Amino acid sequence: MKNPLDSLWGTVICGLILTLLLHMIVRHTLGG
Amino acid sequence: MDWVPAISRWIHLVAGVMWIGLLYYFNFVNVAAAKAAAADGTAAGISKHVMPRALFWFRWAAVVTWLAGAALLGSNFGAAFLLQKSHLAIGLGAWLGTIMLFNVWVLIWPNQKKILGIVPATDEEKNKARRVAFLASRTNTMFSIPLLYFMAAGAHSALYFG
Repeated sequence: MKNPLDSLWGTVICGLILTLLLHMIVRHTLGG
Repeated sequence: MDWVPAISRWIHLVAGVMWIGLLYYFNFVNVAAAKAAAADGTAAGISKHVMPRALFWFRWAAVVTWLAGAALLGSNFGAAFLLQKSHLAIGLGAWLGTIMLFNVWVLIWPNQKKILGIVPATDEEKNKARRVAFLASRTNTMFSIPLLYFMAAGAHSALYFG
C-alpha cells in the first residue's frame, strides 16, 4: 500500500480525517 | 491589560505564521520545485541560497512559537498537557505543536544538514536523510491541520464543541 504522505493531497486528506476524528473525540468527551 | 498573555498571544501568532508558512512553502512549493530543478540542472541555487535561509527562520520560528505558546498557557500549562477536560482542545493543539517541534529539531534539521552538505554524509546517508526529512515534514503538514483547528477551538470551545 502506498504511503499517503508521499502525495500532497494524501497528506491534506489525512490531516482533515485526523481533525474530524479528534473533533469527535473532544465533542464526545465534553458531552456536546 | 494583562501584558504577558497579550504579548505572548501576539508573538505566538506571528512566529506561528512564519513557522507554518515556511512548512507550507516546503511542502506545497519546494518539493515540486526542487524535483523540476533537479531535472533541468538548476537545483544547486535552491540548495545553496534558499534552503539554508528558509530552514533558519523555520526552525527558530518553531522554537519561538512553542515558547510563546507555553507563556500564553501560563498556569494552565499542566492542565493542557495533561489533557484535562477543561483544557482538552488547547491541550491537543499543544501536544500536536510539541510533536511538530520535536520533528523539526530531531528529524528535519539534522537530516537537512546532511542533504545540504552542511555536515558530511555519503550518498547512501543522504538518500536516507531525504526520506526521513521528507516524511517528517509531511507529518508536520498533516498535523498542522488539526493543530490550527484546535488552536482556534481552544479559545471558542462552545462554538466548536457545543
